[in-house]
Amino acid sequence: MTARVGVVTFPGSLDDRDALRAVKLAGAEPVALWHRDKDLHQVDAVVLPGGFSYGDYLRAGAISRFSPVMETIIEQAKGGMPVLGICNGFQVLTESHLLPGAMLRNNHLHFVCKDQKLRVENNTTAWTSDYAQGQEIMIPLKNMDGRFTADRRTIDELEAEGRVVFRYLDGNPNGSIDDIAGITNAAGNVVGLMPHPEHAVEPLIGTGGTDGTGFFTSILKRLVNA
Amino acid sequence: MARVVVDVMLKPEILDPQGQAVQRALPRLGFEGIADVRQGKRFELEVEGPVDEAALARIHQAAETFLANTVIEDFVVRVEESQ
Repeated sequence: MTARVGVVTFPGSLDDRDALRAVKLAGAEPVALWHRDKDLHQVDAVVLPGGFSYGDYLRAGAISRFSPVMETIIEQAKGGMPVLGICNGFQVLTESHLLPGAMLRNNHLHFVCKDQKLRVENNTTAWTSDYAQGQEIMIPLKNMDGRFTADRRTIDELEAEGRVVFRYLDGNPNGSIDDIAGITNAAGNVVGLMPHPEHAVEPLIGTGGTDGTGFFTSILKRLVNA
Repeated sequence: MARVVVDVMLKPEILDPQGQAVQRALPRLGFEGIADVRQGKRFELEVEGPVDEAALARIHQAAETFLANTVIEDFVVRVEESQ
């Protein structure tokens, strides 16, 4: 038995195909989900992919957050279903309030596209258990609105509870508070990050490494052992 | 139809690099003496029917849940007087 991992396509999603492929390469069964379909087709986990859903109109992720598929995902995520938000998916998760804080325009106002080194600060979430605590990984980063922000009390809470999952290394690419690249909810089933693990799962493309594979093998192990 | 305006601004403590870029460009264009610029959004809502308390309450709710992200933004709702 393997696990079914859904990937949502919103109008304007770009990385849904790569996410489906990464799920498949990890050995799970990829399931394409559609933004207007409330039905999650018996998936065990969901990936919200990168892109510019609804053209980033209003705010990045603000309109996607009210799409029919998100109604079901928000409800099930609160019940413990694992959800990974990558880049635009992370923005959808903060707009949905499944994760705290908000995403703002990069502080230097330029689009960023580079290979980014990260440190895994928490390997106990549903999506990071295949990494070592403190492991350094290199995966692509590409965004316009990547500056994570929250009020000081929220940041202190995230830090104290070990809910900062990834931190940027070798320089902060967007002005994100405390070099935060990704966070998790209190239960550890919902994780969001700006960089793109799904673009680093095969030696031929992306960074040339496979440092992103661990996200998808982590979730597979979690679901199969559940 | 009555018009209700919702102004959305980044909270004062949130860095606004777009506003800063505008502010820096002003002197280059000969507009001196502008110490700071903050950039926001203005929504003009054309309301069907009377703009009574109930209608304003609904617009307030729409602004709070959708038009603004209250984690980073403040908003003001006001009725625009007809010309």
